[in-house]
Amino acid sequence: MLVVIFYFLIICAGTGGELCVSRAMKAVGEVKDFRPAALVGVVVRALRVSWMWIGLGLMATAFFSLLAVLSRQNVSVVVPVTALSYGAGALGGKFFLGEQVTSRRWAGVLLVCLGVALVVAGRQ
Amino acid sequence: MKSSAGLHFKTYVLILVMVIFGPLGNVLLGKGMKRIGAVSIATPVEAVHVLSRVLTSGSIWLGIASLMIFFGANMLVLSWADYSYVQPASSVAYLMSALLAHFLLREMVTPTRWVGVLIICLGVLVVGHTSPRTTEPT
Repeated sequence: MLVVIFYFLIICAGTGGELCVSRAMKAVGEVKDFRPAALVGVVVRALRVSWMWIGLGLMATAFFSLLAVLSRQNVSVVVPVTALSYGAGALGGKFFLGEQVTSRRWAGVLLVCLGVALVVAGRQ
Repeated sequence: MKSSAGLHFKTYVLILVMVIFGPLGNVLLGKGMKRIGAVSIATPVEAVHVLSRVLTSGSIWLGIASLMIFFGANMLVLSWADYSYVQPASSVAYLMSALLAHFLLREMVTPTRWVGVLIICLGVLVVGHTSPRTTEPT
């Protein structure tokens, strides 16, 4: 049961965190200068966006859940199961970032979920 | 045209960095946590004991460093590319994770699981062939 809760946190908090970081980085704008000083400036600008802090908090939650699961299960099971994030990502992209999720994209997400089911079924 | 080619180039380079360092970080964390064993944090003493073992593990520190590189590349690429483009494009990481787990950690990966991983990759490739940007840049 505890493992299920950790998986839920990895998927929901992880994807939610990435969506928030994505939103924050879009607010920062396209990075064109990759010199170290300029990259430090990008990080400083990103840290001034509240979405970045929300995203980092959610991703930290997902990270510690990942550590907890990795102490119990094989990495080749844990990582593919987290592919369910694609479903959460497609929903988040549509409703949170306003992206157009086409039927083709949903078909891809369905394939991912099928793959995840096979990975879980193939556990020893 | 030149600008578009440059945009594609830097996108591919950063996604390559993500594909290499993401799975590597997961495998290193997996290796470190397996050495520590099942985590029990029922009491404060147990929690401190687990934390001290985590913080003194070289594999875990290397894993954290790899995931920080992964996160930096992810942050930079998301400043111009769609999340729904970056997420599927970095899907090769799932295959790499299984390969690393099999060859580096010597974990048993059954044929059913390999088929599952391949279908996951196929699914994210289908997603990746949709339009990379569906929103206006801010």
